[in-house]
Amino acid sequence: MINEIILMKGYGLYVWSAFSFTLISFATLYTLIKINLVKEQNKFSAKFGLLDEAKIKVAKTQSTNREILANRISSEI
Amino acid sequence: MFKFLEPNKIFLITSKAPKYVFFIFIIVLSIGLVEALFLSPEDYIQSHSVRIMYVHVPSAWISLGIFSLIALLSVGSFIFKNKNFSLIAKSLAPSGFIFNVIALVTGSIWGKPTWGTWWAWDARITSMLILALFYSMYILAWRIYDKKEQVIKITSIIAIVGVINVPIIKFSVDWWSTLHQNSSVNILSETSIHPSMLVPLLIMTAAFSLFSLLIFLMKYNTELIKIKNKGLDRL
Repeated sequence: MINEIILMKGYGLYVWSAFSFTLISFATLYTLIKINLVKEQNKFSAKFGLLDEAKIKVAKTQSTNREILANRISSEI
Repeated sequence: MFKFLEPNKIFLITSKAPKYVFFIFIIVLSIGLVEALFLSPEDYIQSHSVRIMYVHVPSAWISLGIFSLIALLSVGSFIFKNKNFSLIAKSLAPSGFIFNVIALVTGSIWGKPTWGTWWAWDARITSMLILALFYSMYILAWRIYDKKEQVIKITSIIAIVGVINVPIIKFSVDWWSTLHQNSSVNILSETSIHPSMLVPLLIMTAAFSLFSLLIFLMKYNTELIKIKNKGLDRL
């Protein structure tokens, strides 16, 4: 039974390599995009931390800025 | 016009959506893989090699669909001068490109047991390779050029010129004598594929569409945060 699934009447090598290539491509692209996203979030947090009180107040009036910081905290959790 | 497309409004949705999309993607992909690899029947001519169709065909469909969407958004950014259109188009490109590569590689793997060769300069395969070149040019242009106005113009031209290739890909099997088979799934005419194979094909298409949505959302968020980072410098 397991042999049948793996070998697929001699086509197993082709079928499994096609599916493996697809899934590896997915994992690679997801990882690259995720790394870039986290890098930009970290850069944003670092820059935000360097702002003075008055600038923080101005920056926090924008919903997008609040959302980026909130997402950064939730992804750390 | 297009006030609903303001990045700040979209970000409230796109920042929360990826985790839900990822969860649904994993479920749909798992069902699709079980169907494609174990439950669907083998073909009476191609035997088990037909299972490659479940990754090859959805990848080709999605790569063509995404490139058409990029071209449409590029036309939109030209007409309406809306920069968010080009930002959306830019965020769609990575998943479109990866699906194009998957379609080419899995097609090549499928070609060996079916046609006896890994590659043929066949009209369908060559036109898909040309699409991959347009995707590469589009993505590279965003990396090479710094000036915003210039890069939007160049990438839009690449997308609009490249979209001419999309109908060529679609009808290449009808216009020329090719190794590649004609389409078995048609929206306007009768579909010749059996439901036992059509169902897994549609499930895998849904899974791949969810993956491209996930990558789009993450890339779009990255691009918006990049803009916000520049905004903090100007405060």
